[in-house]
Amino acid sequence: MVRHGWTGRILEVYLGDRTSRVIEPPAWLYEKFIGGKGLAGHYLSQHLDMEWDDPDMPILIFTGPLVGTRAPTSGRATVMSRSPLTGTVGDTSVGGGLGTKIKRARYDGIILRGSSNKWIGVEIADDKVAFVDASPLLDLTNGDAMDLLADKGSVALIGPAALRGVRFSSLMVDRHFAAARNGIGLSFAKKRIKYLSCDGGARVSVHDAGELDRAREDIFRLVSASPILLGESGIRNMGTPALYDLMHTRRMMPTDNFRTTFFPDAPDLNANAVKKRYSPRKKGCTGCHILCKKGSRDGVVLPEFETLSHFTALLRNSDLHTAVRANELCNEYGIDTISAAVTLACFSEIEGEHLTPDRIMELLGQIVRREDIGDQLADGSALWAASRGKPSSSMSVKGLELPAYDPRGAYGMALAYATSTRGGCHLRAYPIGHEILRKPVATNRFSFAGKARIIKIAEDTNAVIDSLTACKFVFFASSLEEYAHALTAVTGVETTATDLSKTGERIYYHERIMNARWGFSSKDDDLPPRFFEEAGSSGPDFDVPPLNRDDFLGARGRYYKIRGLDADGAPTRDKTRELDLEWTD
Amino acid sequence: MDRLVAKYVGKMVEQRIADDGMPVLGCRDSDIVWSRKDPKITEILEDVFEHLNINSLLHCRPSEPYGSMIEYLAAHSDGAILPQDTETRTFLHDLPLAASFTVEEVVHNLKRRKIVILPGGEIVSFGTVSPQQAFIGFSSVCFACFVKFMSDRLQDSRTAKMDDLARRIMNDALKKTEISHAHEKTSNEGPYITQDEVHREMARVGKLTVMSGMVDSYFGNISYLMDDTLYISQTGSSLDELEGTIDPYRLDGSSCAGITASSELTAHLRILETTGKRAILHGHPKFSVIMSLDCSEEDCDGAGRCHLECPKTRTVGDVPIVAGEVGTGRYGLCNTVPEAMVNTGGVIVYGHGLFTVGSTDLDEPLNNLLDIERMCFEEFVKLTGY
Repeated sequence: MVRHGWTGRILEVYLGDRTSRVIEPPAWLYEKFIGGKGLAGHYLSQHLDMEWDDPDMPILIFTGPLVGTRAPTSGRATVMSRSPLTGTVGDTSVGGGLGTKIKRARYDGIILRGSSNKWIGVEIADDKVAFVDASPLLDLTNGDAMDLLADKGSVALIGPAALRGVRFSSLMVDRHFAAARNGIGLSFAKKRIKYLSCDGGARVSVHDAGELDRAREDIFRLVSASPILLGESGIRNMGTPALYDLMHTRRMMPTDNFRTTFFPDAPDLNANAVKKRYSPRKKGCTGCHILCKKGSRDGVVLPEFETLSHFTALLRNSDLHTAVRANELCNEYGIDTISAAVTLACFSEIEGEHLTPDRIMELLGQIVRREDIGDQLADGSALWAASRGKPSSSMSVKGLELPAYDPRGAYGMALAYATSTRGGCHLRAYPIGHEILRKPVATNRFSFAGKARIIKIAEDTNAVIDSLTACKFVFFASSLEEYAHALTAVTGVETTATDLSKTGERIYYHERIMNARWGFSSKDDDLPPRFFEEAGSSGPDFDVPPLNRDDFLGARGRYYKIRGLDADGAPTRDKTRELDLEWTD
Repeated sequence: MDRLVAKYVGKMVEQRIADDGMPVLGCRDSDIVWSRKDPKITEILEDVFEHLNINSLLHCRPSEPYGSMIEYLAAHSDGAILPQDTETRTFLHDLPLAASFTVEEVVHNLKRRKIVILPGGEIVSFGTVSPQQAFIGFSSVCFACFVKFMSDRLQDSRTAKMDDLARRIMNDALKKTEISHAHEKTSNEGPYITQDEVHREMARVGKLTVMSGMVDSYFGNISYLMDDTLYISQTGSSLDELEGTIDPYRLDGSSCAGITASSELTAHLRILETTGKRAILHGHPKFSVIMSLDCSEEDCDGAGRCHLECPKTRTVGDVPIVAGEVGTGRYGLCNTVPEAMVNTGGVIVYGHGLFTVGSTDLDEPLNNLLDIERMCFEEFVKLTGY
């Protein structure tokens, strides 16, 4: 039985008969999977014979052992199911106060099973679980619905888009924080859960508060030394759009559906332009001092870097306010901004239509309502491009649309997009840290040399971060060394950076096993052909050539070897057993 | 990877922290590339690779005097050496000691720290992204142990307790210490008027700073203000390799391209604002750091928090010593250095390093740096009776 950090309790909610119970997993399960993404993956792996929309496919909402303690930037939660958009493991890390409230209600996680026959809200308050008629909220946008739920603690809800079946629907938490990717919102809609709220007042037990303070001090010192986090141009001051200028100068800004990597109007659309026009205020997740999120004075959440880049350069849109409006519409109706923008760019390319600001807003409106052409685009770029006989115009991996880092300008990013277990995701390995931001040290962004192992190590590390559940940004400055110290202080279970890294390897390999069982293989660990055939835009003193296909495949082959996969990217019996995972023939 | 391995082994020798032919540096993607094969070392390191999720490993006994200093400190420490300099406090935390050079001992220590010290003063360090991290870890241990060893000798000299071995190691180190005199100014005395000129001069002075031993590894930074743009070295850049690693930071904040600028960008901006100067150089000259740690105060209210805040006004000669940590936090040196820099050419940050300024060109801060370091060296010699 666990005693500190973890609560030792998981809430199982049965939507069909509207009951719930608490289960108490053994201590070894916590040590094997930590929490968050790792523990959620354990419960997801018991459903490998199911489609995403099977009523018995659960939704897992899990926190980690550091959540609710004084460990820095550790207030997050993982939301996981099988992805409605891609069919892969579908997990998303979300901020706000949800993780902390779940922990304070004395749960490490919540498992939502079955499905309801009516639209409901699941309201959790300490030991009480109530199932509430949600029909009055169905026609409301997220902001209006949140207003009515303001006294419920932390609230996660889906918007009108999920109710209409948009495959890249998001789940919005506490008004401003999106569990955006993989269409997790549609999983909620399938179970007819409009919202889940959680409130709790328990304190999380910490094994050694003094030692935790020492770990905190080490982490704060490193964060203070980080120009990316707290520097003049860092994300505390400027928000994540601080990256916009770098992507521009490095010729990595996906433009015109990734047909070029340079958008001439970018200097007028950067973080400074946002600051001048909207006078942002800092916002952040519970327990975080970085406060990367920005909102305007009238309460509108301003776009993150990915959203800003894609709703400007990717669509060749030079109107900043359109990007802000698009972001707001996506949040209010509950869709992933990255998938939405890439799907529009795909539409623009295939139809040969330059999208004006009004047209962008019109198409987004049609998507969230599944009206007119929006009804087709609501299935995402991959299905739509395939339906038009032009699958290569979908800039996605495994069906998940690509974020705002062009892989021709960062070869580690190219490999990481391909090997990501949830498809086109920048956060599984986030090589931008060393390829662009020079942390922990700089690597050659135009080379695959050494990148296979670097990506594998980073995937393991980030699996740990999403299991703790901490924020990846803090790892621009800190490392598992400091967080192992914090974890030992919180739980009393002695651990090291290497122990955690090994656990991260188990968690990530586990996801490869699940994906393999769902039919994914090396053919899916690949990039759209455009990146191998067309050059990016050259810089003042450098070229951005197409990726060399042989070099890419060589790096991917080395990655498979290092990861312990076979030549087709499939898990092996030996590695599975080495990692103490279950092998099934 | 071969190129990277050769580069960092070369740097160790160039910076005189390792003797030629001594470093064993391995870098691993799917296979390991070694700088040289020594079965007694590489066989153990190959096993270590299997136990850690890393991509590079370095084994080497540092050159003298570092090797002897580390051995001495290890013999007088229990489990770990605990230097008080900023580099160690921020990035390494402590320097663990292994009982033997075995796979078990190395793995046990590297599971929780970035470096381990072996019997005989050898060091093993690693990287997860690049052999550069292993090099930085190694170099940082050399710096930290030099500073700690010499700081301890200053303490010894107060109590007249220095043992023969310590004195011999110290004397050997002092005998080898050479601090350049001020460099002759180039014909280009500034102010610089083109971006190319700024880049060229920053690269030249950066190289001179490293060649003079005023900064180790990838620490230190340099900047120059021209018109409305501050040109500043990038975070994690090496002052002797500044080509392509200088960020333009526009004072009006209209671009965030400087997000990769040195972690001391804020301090540089505030120094320029406070002093009206144009050029800044920041190095980690050893004797300046050693003298900053030397304090004879007893029963001080601020004891144990000297790196954060100090209730006293401290100087070496007429050079101010201030508290402050790297970066921008509550105790950031950006809050302490600028004010202290008014009416002086340089300020020492406790346990950290030295900031110097110039009005028109970059030679001026370099020469200030050399002058202050020589003054600190002479002060050290005087106090220890060398």
